[in-house]
Amino acid sequence: MVDQALSRRTVLAASSVLAAGPAFAQAQPRRGGTLQVAYNTEQRNLNAAMVASNAVFLVASKILEPLADAVYGGVGLTPKLATGWNAASDGLSITFELRRGVKWHDGRDFTSADVQYSALEVWRKLSNFGRSVFRSLETVDTPDAHTAILRFSRPTPAQLIWNALPDLTAVLPRHLYEGTDVAQNPRNQAPVGTGPYKLAENRPGQFVTLERNAEYWDAGKPYLDRLVFRVMPDKGAISAAHEAGQLQLSCFSSVPLADLKRLQSLPALSVSNRGYEASPYHALIELNLRRTELADVRVRRAIHHALDLPRVVADVFDGFGTVGTGPVPTTSQLFYTTDTPRYGFDLARANALLDEAGYRRGAGGMRFQLKLVPAPWFDYTVLLGDYIRQALRQVGIDCQLQRFDAPGHLQAVYRDHQFDIATGSPVFRNDPAISTTVLYRTGTPPGVPWSNQYGYASQAMDQLIDQAAGELDPIKRVALYHQFQRLAMEDLPVIPAVEFSFLTVADRRLRNVANTPRWAMSNWADLWLDA
Amino acid sequence: MKPGQLGQVVRRRLAHAVPVLLVVALATFGLLKLAPGDAVDVLIATGGGGDAALAADLRRAYGLDQPWPAQLAHYLWRLVQLDLGYSFVHNRPVSHLIWERLPVSLLLMASATAFAVGFGIVLGVSAGQTPGGWRDRLILSVGLVLYAMPSFWVGLMLILIFAVKLALFPVGGFETAASDLTGIARVLDIAWHAVLPTVALALLFVSVYLRLMRAGVVEVASADFVRTARAKGVGATRILWAHVARNALLPVVAMVGVQAATLLGGAVVIESVFSLPGLGRLAYDSVLARDLVVLLGLLLTSAVIVIAINTVVDLVVAALDPRVVAR
Repeated sequence: MVDQALSRRTVLAASSVLAAGPAFAQAQPRRGGTLQVAYNTEQRNLNAAMVASNAVFLVASKILEPLADAVYGGVGLTPKLATGWNAASDGLSITFELRRGVKWHDGRDFTSADVQYSALEVWRKLSNFGRSVFRSLETVDTPDAHTAILRFSRPTPAQLIWNALPDLTAVLPRHLYEGTDVAQNPRNQAPVGTGPYKLAENRPGQFVTLERNAEYWDAGKPYLDRLVFRVMPDKGAISAAHEAGQLQLSCFSSVPLADLKRLQSLPALSVSNRGYEASPYHALIELNLRRTELADVRVRRAIHHALDLPRVVADVFDGFGTVGTGPVPTTSQLFYTTDTPRYGFDLARANALLDEAGYRRGAGGMRFQLKLVPAPWFDYTVLLGDYIRQALRQVGIDCQLQRFDAPGHLQAVYRDHQFDIATGSPVFRNDPAISTTVLYRTGTPPGVPWSNQYGYASQAMDQLIDQAAGELDPIKRVALYHQFQRLAMEDLPVIPAVEFSFLTVADRRLRNVANTPRWAMSNWADLWLDA
Repeated sequence: MKPGQLGQVVRRRLAHAVPVLLVVALATFGLLKLAPGDAVDVLIATGGGGDAALAADLRRAYGLDQPWPAQLAHYLWRLVQLDLGYSFVHNRPVSHLIWERLPVSLLLMASATAFAVGFGIVLGVSAGQTPGGWRDRLILSVGLVLYAMPSFWVGLMLILIFAVKLALFPVGGFETAASDLTGIARVLDIAWHAVLPTVALALLFVSVYLRLMRAGVVEVASADFVRTARAKGVGATRILWAHVARNALLPVVAMVGVQAATLLGGAVVIESVFSLPGLGRLAYDSVLARDLVVLLGLLLTSAVIVIAINTVVDLVVAALDPRVVAR
């Protein structure tokens, strides 16, 4: 990751040198212009403090700001609504210095009361991931208008809170939410924030228009006059609009995989997988341990050995991905360890393990039959299902494919556990405690998506997860997560097959594209359109 | 047509409408209850995840924890009061959602029907005048090709040729986003956006209407009254339009009523391909979100539209052929 960030900076430096030749003035950001952005999955709730998801952030992060956002290099954080932060050594409080002179889009002053309200009433109670991260948040003291002190009932690792800042700390205007039912507040469709752009019009099914906030605290920014997020549910139409020049930007792989090669060859467009490093996905293979055969770790390892993952990366992911090695992705500089058990592609070994487990080949060369349920979330998770079926046939496991639409899949896999093998696509959100350990911990009731629905239960694992969740020393905490990764790969309840992220298709005249590790979900204050 | 007959047609239609609407409501409710997963599953999943307590809270808030007969009774009771209900997925009343999308769908339906019927009649008459001739064979072959092409593919091809390569039309959308256009400029802008989706949706139906029209023209042309007219010395053009075409038109008009429903259904695909915010897409999204209330509201609205169109069709048929009412 350090290397990547460095090489990225070198590349940027190199390209600016090239641009500097004949027209040096061009490097100066140009004010003005309208940006047409594809909005592939329209959201009904744009309250980013409540719903931490990519599609919400794509639009809402330009309006509502978090305390801090992610950047490449350094400590990885850049101040937004907070200018400084400091954790007490006992892990019981964190003090935030808040930015002065910030105004809400309706003209009111932004103060510590807004942070207090958002933390206590929204992050802690309603946010999908905040509910666990801020579980032991007890009070928020506001000694003055620009200081907020978060107080916890139990020691909470500061490292976890820092890692949660970009995704889980969007601040809402207290004066518009207090005393209302937050989930039903009409402001969720027309948010009022402090960000560089303010909502101009939200026409459901058609577009969301944002306008430049001339009063933005970062004087001079943003550069663009207008952002138009056009609701376009058909990916083919998005790539056609790119080709016709009627769209300047689409994020989160909103074009069909089959069109990528053609779009890449167009001189007016750039296709890149940068800017998603802070939210890498795993294409996960989930093995239901309630099934006798899969409860045997030798069978699970045999399944891993039967998969030729480099080929999957090349064929299924068109090269835009890396072979997964554990529950923490390689892009996490802080937590990733290479020291985990590996199960390379080895059919002989897979067959031997299956024989050893007592499942001999029977009629037709098959050992047993499994129900395979590929997740409908991405083209990748569907195609991976097809691959698994072919790969496992070679070692004598016969998979029956069963496909559902999104609600059907949620019920079959997460509520009823009616599957033997499923594919999935969890996100790593900067810290294993946010959305990763839940995949291995016992105790999540059925029906909760993206949890341990395959019935993995290990006391050692539970202890390790709990210990790390309460560990205040950042070095020790990281060491515990290294152990967590090793144990996860030894027991192998799920196979983190491939790490992937998304692609951005952008007009080449756009400047400052993908310059942060969660760029599509950042505020785009420095984005500008060259003439 | 006499006023009494008009009233008779309308009354007959309305008497049919009530049981039809009830069946539509019950069938939709039953089918959606049979589909796996509910709205809360989807809400939580699209929100990136959540815990079990959150799911339970939401189910209670939306009344999904009630047994299904209670949910159905509640829904029907509100329906009797002409209240389509409230969508928790959208956080808005269903009637607002539908009202907002209705113009888009009606515009698309009306323009596609007009296009299909217009071209179908002209081509059908043209083909039917000389059955077996080169013009007939050419038109029939083209019609067959049009009929065989799936509308989403036609839509994408139209986009590729007329929006991407020739840049004559926009790729999609109902109107230019955030254009601030008003009055006649806005109407023209909407019409400009409607051209490609109208053609994509209508092409399939052109072939249906042209075949019906052609068959009618061929059949009627050999009828006794046409021979009589010719013997009286009526001009060829007048015979063709006033005698032949008018009679051949009856099945075409009847078909419009039947296809109104198909058009509403077929619009789902076209609305997606052309990024149009119509009822079809709202229905599709509602199925995926298991948003039962909206879907029920939509199907009832569609049923009302179809019934209304069929009533109009009955009136037109009666006007064209007074014998129909007597039956």
